[in-house]
Amino acid sequence: MLVNQFLVLGAVLFSIGVYGVLARRNGVLVLMSIELILNAVNINLVALGALQGASGAVTGQVFALFVITIAAAEVGVGLAIVLLIYRNRASVDLDEVDLMKG
Amino acid sequence: MTPAVIAQIEPIATPEIEWFAVSPLLVLVGGALVLLTAAALARSRPPRGFYALFTVVTAALAVACSALLWQRVTDPGRGPFTAIGGAITIDGFSVFFAVTITAAIALGALLADDYLRREGLDGPELYVLMLLSGTGGVVMAMANDLIVVFLGLETLSIALYVMAGLHLRRLESQESAIKYFVLGSFSSAFLLYGIALVYGATGSTNFGAIAGFLSGNVLASNGLLLAGFALLLVGLGFKVAAVPFHVWTPDVYQGAPTPVTAFMASASKAAGFAALLRVFVSTFDVYRLDWRPLMWGLAVLSLLVGSFLAVVQSDVKRMLAYSSISHAGFILVGAEAASDRGIAGALFYLLAYTFMVVGSFGVATLVGGRGDADHGLSAYRGLSRRRPLLALAFTVLLLAQAGVPLTSGFLAKFYVIGAAVEADSYALALIAMLSAVVAAFVYLRITVAMYMGDETEGAEAVTRPAVRVPPGAALALGVAVAFTIVVGILPSPVVDFARDAVPVLLSAP
Repeated sequence: MLVNQFLVLGAVLFSIGVYGVLARRNGVLVLMSIELILNAVNINLVALGALQGASGAVTGQVFALFVITIAAAEVGVGLAIVLLIYRNRASVDLDEVDLMKG
Repeated sequence: MTPAVIAQIEPIATPEIEWFAVSPLLVLVGGALVLLTAAALARSRPPRGFYALFTVVTAALAVACSALLWQRVTDPGRGPFTAIGGAITIDGFSVFFAVTITAAIALGALLADDYLRREGLDGPELYVLMLLSGTGGVVMAMANDLIVVFLGLETLSIALYVMAGLHLRRLESQESAIKYFVLGSFSSAFLLYGIALVYGATGSTNFGAIAGFLSGNVLASNGLLLAGFALLLVGLGFKVAAVPFHVWTPDVYQGAPTPVTAFMASASKAAGFAALLRVFVSTFDVYRLDWRPLMWGLAVLSLLVGSFLAVVQSDVKRMLAYSSISHAGFILVGAEAASDRGIAGALFYLLAYTFMVVGSFGVATLVGGRGDADHGLSAYRGLSRRRPLLALAFTVLLLAQAGVPLTSGFLAKFYVIGAAVEADSYALALIAMLSAVVAAFVYLRITVAMYMGDETEGAEAVTRPAVRVPPGAALALGVAVAFTIVVGILPSPVVDFARDAVPVLLSAP
């Protein structure tokens, strides 16, 4: 069965996404890294769905559609917030957003 | 396609929708949409306070629908049921959270009314977002399927991201929005990954089917499932602000507009715990030996970090943020007990905490003054002389958070610690009590500043702008204080409500 390879692909994408969120300073690239994690989840959902046989697979596939829809809504709000930051600071560097600490 | 081909296609079987079951959700969403449309179409500005009044009426209607559902659920002949093809469960648990979250919406709207006018941000947006966000929270509590949990979580969170950044001219507000957004979507991605793994291990996302599978099968290798547990706990632990997933809490609570913080601290935490209790304590009950140690660790860390770091803060909103982390620890103590009594204790705690925390941040809204900037401890010095009633209300709410007898906070702590002792978690009960003592220091520090700080800084107190107490906020504070005291003296109705609200596990019909 090929499912293992898809799960490994999902795990690799997930790890790249997590690395991106932690290491990148540019707000837009952080958003892209989060999208990578969500797509890793989609690959996992469809691959694990294929393990469940014809009737169980539908759940995974439908779930993947839900994730795609919600990811679009989320990135819409996220880009709006990044734009707000850019208007006030002329930079999307997240490390410079540090008024509050402690 | 020719008509003959179309006639051959079988119609898609759609589930029967029981509108009554989702009536609280329909009222909340309907209210939000009507408010948004009416505000966009209206030629002139509505009278003062109209938006807040509309939100409160919508919330009251949702509570009325919940009361009807409660009657049906507690009726021995009918009892709890699933709806929409097994996607949601209507039991005492979901009704309890519908009431709790709706109360948070109403109180938050009352606080926001004058705040928005004061800051020059008046408009329907915050109220609409609050209603939608609350709807997401209720969906999380009603969920009987991991997909629905995720849908509710995102509805709750996306609206909150916008609300946190609503104060356009305040840089801290935007900073809190971006921090909340990045960390929030990061954690919900973890939650999703966990859901995918649990689905892979059990073959279903429906709670009834998952629980049936777990109790009927012994997994040869359960690595997939345990990894799924851990990732789910990360995602939900973030939502309830449990240590070590708490780093966003102080910054976001401090930076967000204060009425939004009040709503965030109450509704979002309640919804997170609703999902946590239903997923772990109810659905993964068979695997309690695996997840209880994790929950134990989260509870201990939240209790200790929350109460100790609250002591060293100088900003009152940050203090309250850390104290909300330690409250999350107390509720986790109830969840860790993994018994009906533990769940009932956690539910009682959440309802009492909702009123305490909304009231506390309500006082911070008023004292913060124009620009929402004056949140240092010095702003509270001598408050008892300038605004005796406000100081008294804050004192009651702080003492309740500390767990002083004759307030709801004392009974809340008593019930969760009692459940922990009953479940033989003696160490956890001991740590909870000790951290309550440490946390009490924080609350007393604010109280002392309010009552005794005026002598040393008398000159400064005179120069401060007067604290205005508008009628909406006064009503919200009055309700919060009255609830805290009345439940502290006559707890039995709320105790019965929480006891009958233990989640029920139902499979799809």
